[in-house]
Amino acid sequence: MPNYSWPPMEQRRVMGKRLARLDGAAKASGKAKYNSDVRPAGTIHGAILHCPHAHCRVRSIDTSAAKALSGVTSVRVAAEPGKEIMWPNAEIAFVAARTEEIAREALRLIKVDYEVLPHLVREENLAAAGSRAKPAGEVVTGDPDAALRSADVVHEGEYGIPVITHCCLEPHGSTVQWSGNKVEFWPSTQAISNVGGDLAKGIELAAGNVHAHMDYVGGGFGSKFQADLWGIQAAHMSKESGGKPVKLYLDRAAELTIAGIRPSVYGKIRLGAKRDGTLVAWDSLTWMTGGMAGGGLNADLLPYVFRNVPNRRVNHTAVATNTGAQRAWRAPNHPQVSFVTCAALDDLAAKLNMDPLDFFKKNANLTVREAVYVSQLDKAADMIEWKKRYHSRGDKTAGSMKRGLGLAVGTWQGGGHASQCRTNIHPDGSVEVELGSQDIGTGTRTIITQVAAESLGLPMNAIKLNIGDNGLPPSGASGGSTTVGGVASSSRIATLNALEKLFEAVAPSLGAPADQLEAVDGKIQVKGNPAKSLTWKAACAKLGVKTISENGANDQRNPRGLNAAGVGGVHMADVSVDVETGVVTVNKVVAVQDCGLIINPKLAEGQVFGGVIMGICAALMEERVMDEATGRCLNQDMEFYKLAGIGDIGDIQVHMDITPDHDKRGVVGLGEPATIPTIAAIANACTNAIGVRVPTLPLTPRNVLNALAGRRMA
Amino acid sequence: MSKKDTELKPKPAPESGKGFSRRGFLGTSTAAGAVGSGLMEQTAEAAQGAGGKGITLAGETEITLNINGQPRKVTVEPRTTLLDALRDRMEVTGAKRVCDRGTCGACSVIVNGKVSYGCTMLAIDAQGKRIQTIEGFGNHPVINAFVQHDGLQCGYCTPGMVVAAKALLDRNPRPSSQEILEGMGGNLCRCGTYVGIKQAVAEAAKELRGGRNA
Repeated sequence: MPNYSWPPMEQRRVMGKRLARLDGAAKASGKAKYNSDVRPAGTIHGAILHCPHAHCRVRSIDTSAAKALSGVTSVRVAAEPGKEIMWPNAEIAFVAARTEEIAREALRLIKVDYEVLPHLVREENLAAAGSRAKPAGEVVTGDPDAALRSADVVHEGEYGIPVITHCCLEPHGSTVQWSGNKVEFWPSTQAISNVGGDLAKGIELAAGNVHAHMDYVGGGFGSKFQADLWGIQAAHMSKESGGKPVKLYLDRAAELTIAGIRPSVYGKIRLGAKRDGTLVAWDSLTWMTGGMAGGGLNADLLPYVFRNVPNRRVNHTAVATNTGAQRAWRAPNHPQVSFVTCAALDDLAAKLNMDPLDFFKKNANLTVREAVYVSQLDKAADMIEWKKRYHSRGDKTAGSMKRGLGLAVGTWQGGGHASQCRTNIHPDGSVEVELGSQDIGTGTRTIITQVAAESLGLPMNAIKLNIGDNGLPPSGASGGSTTVGGVASSSRIATLNALEKLFEAVAPSLGAPADQLEAVDGKIQVKGNPAKSLTWKAACAKLGVKTISENGANDQRNPRGLNAAGVGGVHMADVSVDVETGVVTVNKVVAVQDCGLIINPKLAEGQVFGGVIMGICAALMEERVMDEATGRCLNQDMEFYKLAGIGDIGDIQVHMDITPDHDKRGVVGLGEPATIPTIAAIANACTNAIGVRVPTLPLTPRNVLNALAGRRMA
Repeated sequence: MSKKDTELKPKPAPESGKGFSRRGFLGTSTAAGAVGSGLMEQTAEAAQGAGGKGITLAGETEITLNINGQPRKVTVEPRTTLLDALRDRMEVTGAKRVCDRGTCGACSVIVNGKVSYGCTMLAIDAQGKRIQTIEGFGNHPVINAFVQHDGLQCGYCTPGMVVAAKALLDRNPRPSSQEILEGMGGNLCRCGTYVGIKQAVAEAAKELRGGRNA
């Protein structure tokens, strides 16, 4: 059996290099074909009629005029009379037509009579939720009441972070062609190996009858794991339209309301400490909504990171609202609990008259990685010049511009998912690496190729990588920061298994046993004796007519040291706030990210930059605004559902400890941890600048000015 | 004049030569939208009055668009946007449909030398204009700069970013950092690639001026 261990850091020739992503040129030139760009011959277009009410029952639906419209090939009712609709923009009917314009016209001809029912679409006022609020039960450790009574300093505060959406730029959808008993499926997905089977289940076909293919996906962030009703209805419409491919993608309003949201978290928190800053007690009542399912929160997440506080009480209540359902959102629930926790800790530190940097370090023993957090806090403090520039709460300088610093922490697992890979070595020397994975923009293509090239001693361009198809060896969905560990490990194992077969084939020619051969610099040679070698091409020619095809898998129960889980991270922010206008400007964010073996530092840093920027978006501007009067979403477009632009991000600095110590852990995913602490760091910096807590995010002028005026959260 | 008629009266167009005003644009587009949907209903009623079936409400017509220097014939409806004509009827898919409302810039194309949102221009209004899409850029240095500085992740906003960057450098070969932020400010990215984009645009500017130190 080959030695699958990663080669020592100093011996790597391809791994660890700052290579540009392999699909960069295809994407940046516009040549990359996303599935929303793909139009197989004969493609027709679908469109969806959405419900205008938050809660209603369909009394009747008349599709006759739509069916009669020239060019319409299929009209399907998704909500039959009597069906109760639970959130706005829910799907009522689907239309396929020769062009998208005709399909949309047909939607206008569908007549629906609704019985409007009472709704609840806002959750920030728990008292108003009535029977929609479902307490999850209390979790208690130690004696929080006694600890709070005996604490030297107690802080009590309210905090809120609203629902935000994924806002994938490529909307959810697919093109589907159902002809005979075969289905061709071009989805926008994070799970190419599974999504075909998911569609098959939805349309009651055997999984093997659905072929799914995707080369590129325009963002997912946790919301694109299923075929969804949209894929299923597109399939049916294709069948009803004589087997023509049906292209059906959500419009932006639907994308922002029914294609996934991140749940809110609101909370009332009491916490206490000794005079020296030792945290002794935590007592929280949190609530949130993720749609009609309410929204669960693992009690172990509070207090976040500082989980081992000796006395704690955690209560959580799920609030069912008539809003689109939640989906996994980059580090599910972590950014919210990071905010709630780190804001409350920051407020307690202020009450103690303690620098939060000292306070967080003092209590790092309540985390499961004390040494990591202490060193990260020190490093981040150096990077942002905390010791020099920190001032106690409230910038006392003259003028309306106030400046402040804030910090926060995060943690994530990120171990590799189950992944299978096949490596083929052909007699002509060509190499294929094949796995049913997908590159969601993280650089998966590039890092797999780096691993294969490293393992075979070949240049990057000698490896042909095939991903994005459910006919390939199955690999996990890209979620939970599990992809890099999973695919790096499976491709390492498959590639070394194939190389071992090649060694066996050429051993006689080199006059040495197979286990005494190595692959270096495009040659197969006797270990330590470059004089006895064959070029890669000559070695492969020894295969005669036989292609080597070997598999490898990442076994999550035994990752062989190739991948690992569990990281911490610290972010610090420097912001300016204009107390006359309420505008918050990010000057700088520093991110110190725990990591394992880094296959490509350029791409790894890109993940952290991206995570920080998503955090800036959520801290400053992102919020799904629901209107209780009408039950509608008021900002279901990108004009009013705001994302940060290039001018809003300030200076971002990333530090990753790429050291032998970290390297020997194996590969650890970092897409998710990188986005967790940014929001709380910015919120704490804002508080440090203006002297008062803005209890409810985002830090819009309205919320900032309300806090300055002493007005409570809405 | 009824209240409805008053509401439908188009607002005066923004003065030309004063540059783009978002507020002015929103005012006119809202009015235009109301007029459009009003007409649509009238047409629909007329169609139903005439028996309905088989009548194409808006009608398709063949027009010629000048795409990347080539005259291209395409069949569109009056309501078809330039973006949808490119993507759904001409297989020109570099420009993406994201917000579809003139906010995000993923559909950016260059029309008569000016970067424009393809989702807010009707195809019929693009007749007789020079339309440059990313497919016509060849090996423009901006593309390689985005790759080398990792100014992309999922890549869906990237063609629009590249178009905006080229348009910026065409009119200002030596942009300051602040001018890069302003020039790229009409495009949104969700993955968070702005750090690489800033570097890419600055490097591409140097490259276009004839080398790194020029």
